[in-house]
Amino acid sequence: MGLLSDPNRRKALTGLLTRLNTPICIVCYLAGIVWFMGLAFEPFTLRTYMSENAMGSTMVEERFSSGERALSLAKEFDAHKRKAGGMPVEWLVKAMQSRGLEVFTQSFSRKLPFPDENKERYMVRGTNVYGILRAPRAPRTEALVITAPCSPGNTNNQAVALLLALAQYFRNQIYWAKDIIFLVNEHDLIGTQAWLEGYHHTNITGMEYSPLQGRAGSIQAALSLELSSDVITSLDLVLEGLNGQLPNLDLANLFYAFCQKLGVLCTIQGKLQRNDWDTAEGYTHAAQTMMLMVLKQACGRSWGDHGLFLRYHIEAASVRGINSFRHYKTDATTIGRLLEGMVRKLNNLLERLHQSYFFYLLPSLSRFVSIGYYMPAFGLLAVILLLRVSFPGLCHCFSVSLQPSSPGVLTVLTPVVISHLTGVALYLLPVHLQEMAVEHFPVSETEAVVLTAIAIYTAGLALPHNTQRLLSGEGTEQGWKVLKLTALLYLAVLLGCTALINFSLGFILAVTLVPITASITPHMPKALYAVVMVLLSPAFTILYCVFIYQELIEAPVSVSEGWMLFLSVISQGILDHALYGSLVYPLLALFIYPCWLMFWNILFWN
Amino acid sequence: MAAHRCGLSLVCILIFSSLAHPSSCDTLEKANDNTAEKRSISEVNTDGSVAGEALNERQWQSTDAEVDRSDSTTHSEALTPAAARDEFQEELVIRPLHSGDIYASFQFRTLWDTDFLQEGQKVSHYRLFPKSLGQVLSKFSVRELHISFTQGFWRTMQWGQPFIPSPPGAELWVWFHDTVSDVDGNWKELTNVLSGIFCASLNFIDLTNTVQPSASFKPLGLGNATDHRFLRYATLPREIVCTENLTPWKKLLPCGSKAGLAVLMKSEKLFHSSFHSQAVHIRPICQDEQCSSKAWELRQTLNVVFDLHTSGQGKKEWSLFKMFSRTLTEACPLASSSKVYVDITDNPEGELFELSPATPLLGQAVVLGDRRTYSVYDLSRAETFGQLRSFNLLLRWKGDSGDMLRPLLHAERYVAGFGLQTGEIHTVIYNNHPYRAFPVLLMDSVPWYLQLYIHTLTVTSKSRDNKPSYIHYQPAKDRHRPHLLEMLIQLPPHSMTEVTVQFERALLKWTEYTPDPNHGFYVGSSVVSALVPSMVAMRTNFTQDQPLFSSFVPVKEESSYFVRVYTEPLLVNLPTPDFSMPYNVICLTCTVVAVGYGSFYNLLTRTFQVDEPSPPLSKRLANLIRRMRGVPLLT
Repeated sequence: MGLLSDPNRRKALTGLLTRLNTPICIVCYLAGIVWFMGLAFEPFTLRTYMSENAMGSTMVEERFSSGERALSLAKEFDAHKRKAGGMPVEWLVKAMQSRGLEVFTQSFSRKLPFPDENKERYMVRGTNVYGILRAPRAPRTEALVITAPCSPGNTNNQAVALLLALAQYFRNQIYWAKDIIFLVNEHDLIGTQAWLEGYHHTNITGMEYSPLQGRAGSIQAALSLELSSDVITSLDLVLEGLNGQLPNLDLANLFYAFCQKLGVLCTIQGKLQRNDWDTAEGYTHAAQTMMLMVLKQACGRSWGDHGLFLRYHIEAASVRGINSFRHYKTDATTIGRLLEGMVRKLNNLLERLHQSYFFYLLPSLSRFVSIGYYMPAFGLLAVILLLRVSFPGLCHCFSVSLQPSSPGVLTVLTPVVISHLTGVALYLLPVHLQEMAVEHFPVSETEAVVLTAIAIYTAGLALPHNTQRLLSGEGTEQGWKVLKLTALLYLAVLLGCTALINFSLGFILAVTLVPITASITPHMPKALYAVVMVLLSPAFTILYCVFIYQELIEAPVSVSEGWMLFLSVISQGILDHALYGSLVYPLLALFIYPCWLMFWNILFWN
Repeated sequence: MAAHRCGLSLVCILIFSSLAHPSSCDTLEKANDNTAEKRSISEVNTDGSVAGEALNERQWQSTDAEVDRSDSTTHSEALTPAAARDEFQEELVIRPLHSGDIYASFQFRTLWDTDFLQEGQKVSHYRLFPKSLGQVLSKFSVRELHISFTQGFWRTMQWGQPFIPSPPGAELWVWFHDTVSDVDGNWKELTNVLSGIFCASLNFIDLTNTVQPSASFKPLGLGNATDHRFLRYATLPREIVCTENLTPWKKLLPCGSKAGLAVLMKSEKLFHSSFHSQAVHIRPICQDEQCSSKAWELRQTLNVVFDLHTSGQGKKEWSLFKMFSRTLTEACPLASSSKVYVDITDNPEGELFELSPATPLLGQAVVLGDRRTYSVYDLSRAETFGQLRSFNLLLRWKGDSGDMLRPLLHAERYVAGFGLQTGEIHTVIYNNHPYRAFPVLLMDSVPWYLQLYIHTLTVTSKSRDNKPSYIHYQPAKDRHRPHLLEMLIQLPPHSMTEVTVQFERALLKWTEYTPDPNHGFYVGSSVVSALVPSMVAMRTNFTQDQPLFSSFVPVKEESSYFVRVYTEPLLVNLPTPDFSMPYNVICLTCTVVAVGYGSFYNLLTRTFQVDEPSPPLSKRLANLIRRMRGVPLLT
């Protein structure tokens, strides 16, 4: 620490930082990007391993054999589903009862803030059916959940049928130490949300539901099953949950271990694993898988039924059967065995899953990047903001502006407040003004909401001129410096907090926001920089993400299709917030966008 | 709430006085009732099977003879030593449940005829009564002792009420004599001794999980003790019950597991079940109706529920051999009575299940507010065992039965909310009686690390506020004593009453966490005690020939019966530090210490000097010359 206490060297260090500020920032930015891309390179990542002792050493022997019966059950279920025109509640109740479960139902209803055009629903009314397998000689303190959504059409019949077959098989075993809840939920995530809220007796999203009659203590883990064909090529593991939360890595390890044991092809993000890490293709493949995970995590929505469990501290993952045109097929019995093995291992747990990582990225199922490895990539980007704060002129004027007589405080406060008011408008108005918008324009409710949001977003760009009118005097040189200082610190704090909770979101925002915000001053060519700023604004970031995502899942879209997707992503984001409490939309509208507007103000400072 | 306390005692006493005293009965009433009973039995028999009537008559005659015999021993008692009146009875009740499961309940009763109330009298003569327990009783001045070990949760909604309820884990409640001065000390020693006797972790009972309920646990035996200073109650919901607890329990029986019903207790079968509960109840009782002499009663009970699905290969069929992998060959020679009862109330015509061998003996008992009919197999008779000298009861289900009658009183409990800061305990109590309201006593003992916000306590029935008429709340002291909350709540007919209270999870000191902190921390079952309106008149008199299972809780009124319902224990996660990362912790602390301490030490110990720029060469030369000349130097 002699470095800091020695005034000479300190001076030299500050001098160096001041003189080389811009080159250091550029180097940091590039290093951050390179570091991030390097995470997908196999030699830099760690091999996954089972941390939990209770699940590690003892392999269970799977004996489930009624896969064929499950398939015939699927046909029966399908017939009853058609007949009932929805979820065949009575049939399910009987089917579960005859398998020796304690069966309960829960009805729920939810009026969406505006119609969901993707899933074509507005007034949602449904019923969840769940059966509890009571573990012998267990005091109802712990439970595991297996859930299968009852989807419209003829999708997911096999999942429900396999669930019932597993229930029947599990019921005849003596070794259960935790109760097992078999849940068939209607209206996918809404049903799961209603059930979870009912189970924990909370109401965070304004759902209406009937109280649950049967409970089984604290839920330790949950598996969601999605299966729409009799045979499958591969099983896909979905981990990304609400707000980018991930289940404990041991759950992924468990799935991977059983896929290896039973010889089932397993994928993550729909991508198989490759062994040729030293070739360019191998690296690209891993990088694509990781990028997909980052994009999915960043958007903060729940990518399967499991995602909603994570809020309640329940480790959960979705297992999705994929049937593509390959020769290699796996039958229902094997999938049943895989699930049996996983559930039995979870049953062996003595404590909640806690040994392994909660923060990680997966370039493939057998490799992971832990928080210690990926955080430096973000850190390198975030440090740019701090370096810019230490830019000499800024520090000095901040101390000046704190003196009460100085006009600086007012000049800074006004744009800050106005930007945030715009943010509040962006957050509140789209949903509340939809009726008015529908009256005046020939659009549907959903379009009205999205277009209002875009309109408010665009209107915010006109703010600098309006702000200037409110200000009494001319914007001073000192004024914009104070504003920039505030905005930089604000952005640094925002991004830092976001990255701690949801690394992907923080990183993506940092990649687009940091370069322009770090370099912005009012003395630049306004037209050029205005265009650049808009192109790097949060909304355009979402647009790029849509295109990149489509590219990565090998379903590239044209510009117009991309635009439509962009619109639906916005409406889904607003819906996710209203229905499940996803925080990405409020974060963007209330914090990131106003922060960006502050920099926009600096550009037009005069 | 203080205002309500005035009215509390009356209600409480009304309810529990009936439990407190075993009835002192008079002979005349008993005789009348006996004849009435006989008449009703014979009526049932004429309804059921006319052919068996003569045999039944004979059976009841013989019971009377037994009573006579005991009377005669009473007369000659003056001459024989007291030990002669020690007695041992054993019985097994089998109740086929509607779910297809089967409930087997063993009860063993040992009477020890000794005058326990005399202080300082050393008793050294043991005949049937286990010496280990007898010594404990006299050493610690125990008036009444109830201990139960349970593995599993009694599913009231499917199985109905058990004969003797018990919470999951271990439960111990003890009344001490009012002469004991250091109750806590006695309690501490007693739990340690019992821990040794039963090979259980009862030594984990300490002041942090012991409470003194003011109304919920009244003595079941003789005596009218109401001062709850002499009562200690504790549960260990985490306790796992296994064979190591069964073996010492079996050793307390006079015949051990060598003969009698106890041969059925093979641990590999008893623990291959849905529910397992074993208990020991010791209390003072009257030896006869006049209560002229008193005796210790030791009741050992073992309740098992066998699951149809896990043990039947698709066949709905039960036999003693299938349940216990043994058959019965003899009664315990020391037993004065040894019987097997099978509940056939729901099966009057034999349409539900078939029982073989058939027995001509029928019995009736009023249990838990319901008149039940039983097939009785008397093991003390040779003909029970038949030609093969072995008794293997076979029960074959014929048809599916409908739903179980919903139990009148039912309770459940859960933790609401999420996150590791706060939460809410919900206790839901159901009164399924169609038109009668009745009061219940709810007792909750919550460990100190859940800090209850008692101002958030709400009791709602039918979405209306239901004010408890009595609340006894003893707040917890951190690390010293748990919360105790007792409430008397009136349950409206056919209703659901919800009791909620919010809590905050405490942050423990790091040494206070269990070795598996991420498993969570247990909160013991809450106890709901009530006098439930009975469907039939309860027998209030004290008779010898009552089956054991129907005579445990003394009945005072005809119109109601006592029920205790235990809810689920709770598993609550507390905020837990990441114990699995010692490496990270070490790294972090080392870094902080190195950076922080190092720089501070450096700054504090260094002497700062103004660094003078070195003078130019000419000045130095000039100074050199000046020094040689001896004149003052230039600065």
